[in-house]
Amino acid sequence: MIAFNKYYNKFNILSVTLVIVSLFFLIFKGLNFGIDFKGGTLIELRASDPKINVSSLRDTMSQMNLGDISVKNFGNEKDFLIKFENNNNKNVIEEIKNNLDKSFGNNFNFRRVENVGPKVSAELLKSGVIAISIALALMLIYIWIRFEWQFSLGAILALFHDVIVTLGLFSLLGLEINLSIIAAVLTIVGYSMNDTVVIYDRVRENLRKYSDIKIFELTNISINETLSRTLITSITTLLALLSIFLFGGEILKGFSLAMIFGVIFGTYSSIYIANTILVRLNVSQKTVLKEEDN
Amino acid sequence: MLYFSKLRILFITLISLFFVLIASSNLFKFENSFLNKKINLGLDLQGGSYLLLEIDNNPLIEQKLQNFTITIRNHFKEKNIKLRNYKIIDQVISFEVDENSKKIILDVFKDENSPINPYYSRFKSHEFEVVEDENKFNIYYSRQGLVQLKTSSQDQALEIVRRRIDEIGTNEPNILKRGNDRILVELPGLDDPMRIKSLLGKTANLTFRFVSSDNNDSFGVEKLKFENGIDEANVSKRIVLSGDNLLDAQPRMDSQSNETVVTFTLDRVGAKRFGKATSTGIGKQLAIILDGKIISAPVIRDTIASGSGQISGGFTFQTATDLALLLRSGALPAPLNIIEERTVGPDLGQDSINAGIIALIIGFALVVIFIFIKYKIFGLITNFTLILNLFFLIGVLTIFEATLTLPGIAGIILTVGMAVDANVLIFERIKEELKNEKNNLIAFDSGYTKSRTAILDANITTLLAAIILFFMGSGPIKGFSLTLGIGIFTTLFSVYFIARLLTVLYISKNKEKEGLI
Repeated sequence: MIAFNKYYNKFNILSVTLVIVSLFFLIFKGLNFGIDFKGGTLIELRASDPKINVSSLRDTMSQMNLGDISVKNFGNEKDFLIKFENNNNKNVIEEIKNNLDKSFGNNFNFRRVENVGPKVSAELLKSGVIAISIALALMLIYIWIRFEWQFSLGAILALFHDVIVTLGLFSLLGLEINLSIIAAVLTIVGYSMNDTVVIYDRVRENLRKYSDIKIFELTNISINETLSRTLITSITTLLALLSIFLFGGEILKGFSLAMIFGVIFGTYSSIYIANTILVRLNVSQKTVLKEEDN
Repeated sequence: MLYFSKLRILFITLISLFFVLIASSNLFKFENSFLNKKINLGLDLQGGSYLLLEIDNNPLIEQKLQNFTITIRNHFKEKNIKLRNYKIIDQVISFEVDENSKKIILDVFKDENSPINPYYSRFKSHEFEVVEDENKFNIYYSRQGLVQLKTSSQDQALEIVRRRIDEIGTNEPNILKRGNDRILVELPGLDDPMRIKSLLGKTANLTFRFVSSDNNDSFGVEKLKFENGIDEANVSKRIVLSGDNLLDAQPRMDSQSNETVVTFTLDRVGAKRFGKATSTGIGKQLAIILDGKIISAPVIRDTIASGSGQISGGFTFQTATDLALLLRSGALPAPLNIIEERTVGPDLGQDSINAGIIALIIGFALVVIFIFIKYKIFGLITNFTLILNLFFLIGVLTIFEATLTLPGIAGIILTVGMAVDANVLIFERIKEELKNEKNNLIAFDSGYTKSRTAILDANITTLLAAIILFFMGSGPIKGFSLTLGIGIFTTLFSVYFIARLLTVLYISKNKEKEGLI
């Protein structure tokens, strides 16, 4: 049996630090919002002429007065991603097409064009925030119905930890936040909850089974009993995600990366946050029995 | 937990075969119409355009208020009430009246049978709100009045948008209302949305008005620019004829001038008016105006009584075709703005399909190998269940002819990774039970029973997340939540029926064998 409980304090300090550092990044560095949430235009181009590179493309594009413009390679040498902020020109795509044809010849394939107006991006951001809030609230309610409030608090703190640290990591690495990242965060919420609930289920069962073991020891027993399941499920999920990350194409990279972070944090938090909260709230056999008397 | 009746086994087998058949109908062509269902590919996989259009109702509101002005004036003129200081500012009509007329005006506007201010009894609201302050009246659209206006302009705009898109002839467009002032257009397989975008961006408000040199025109004149943006002309505000009177419009090659023109045919009312205008206006210039710009202003040489004519204006064949199309499909009630556009080219779509399938195969293989190494014979059972689960998932998507997006494929792969969770929970529990219980049957039975609450909890939490995503998310994200959500149900079915059945069959033959799992 692994003595997870020996490190409760150390890992709690680590978690608190991680959350504080993440919040620090989120507040001072902020998130790199994509056009879904910031508005603007995104163009994915494929060049058929290998001589075309980022700097020549950037030079041509910057002559068009499109404001703050970003040009980079996308996945490989011949694919490019161009992004710029909103402008009111309705025919901007056509003008870019003409301009590129003039400078490079007809060597571009416009693979993807996305244009999100300021009103829509504000709405998307709002509905993303609402979706995550509703998810957290529903999880809280669900676990409140299924368990006692101490469990509810532990699970929700673990969720906040996972969401904040994942977003913090995105801020630190400057990775783009778009609609699919919101989907990833919600899935992380579901996954982390899933993991926590399985361990909690066992903690509650053991509270009824052993009348003389203190919660400090009891959580450790429960973690160990469910450990192989926790690991196997994490591994298979990570294998699936890794496959999406490596082979699923450029568009799914951000999504699968967020999920990979989330699954790792979620597994960790189920053990070291969800359970230590039970210890710190001094959950005992009485907590569970009280409920059954009612 | 471990008993299966013969009937039940038969039932499970039939269901499995049914889904395998349905899922494989995506690969083969069946004559049977029920079996010949297919999963739709989302725009991100087959390529195409997603356009979100917003109707700008402000010009419409202003125009309606102008019209309302005429109604108000005529109504109170008959009653000999003078309206002073009549103004329309920021979509509010305001005027002042004498003290003794105040009550009459209020009565007219607030009466449920008011001749000028319709009352919606269902919403307990008039079309216009009337606020009176001292002797000053402010009249503006009530909330319900605005809703009515927006809904009807949305209905009209939707119809016009549909006609324009149908005229171009893209395959299976999807045109839907969003809220009360937006229209969503999905155009699968459309490579270059430029033309549709420019066609949808035009209001196509066509009017015929005389060019008026003198300023004594009783309707007033306004200065309008020609299409080239340089020349200008003074045009009367009186509309001789509008696009509403058009029956048909076609691009033609004019054999005399060797120029592309648009010919049009008018309805009976239009033909009459056109005949009258051309007979009284010989020698005058008649301006043809589209969306506030003069296309051309030919001099009338003859009376045109046939109800048909032609518009020239230096068109190329393409611009003439588009103008004819716009005229045929009619004018939008209000301008449309494209506020969101997402276009994916067909080759990127194909790349995404390929990448998605490769990721699915590799992810699937990795999970299957890992599970086999971990659980041996029960790993085989799990893996077999996993494959069936994939058929179930694809089968359900096929039955509902759901739309599969790239994130949807990610959802399927994620389902594969997470579907083993239920099996793992059961097997790990059985392992624990086997420590104290020598009888395999009993250990397996209590393993299944005791793991049930954890499995249920775990899946409900994921399902909650998927449901929220489905209702809050848009487009591709919906596709992800759909596969994730359906995946939960197919997983539970395959774990509790298929995997359990196979497990039971195996251990009932190996009741005493040690170290089973």
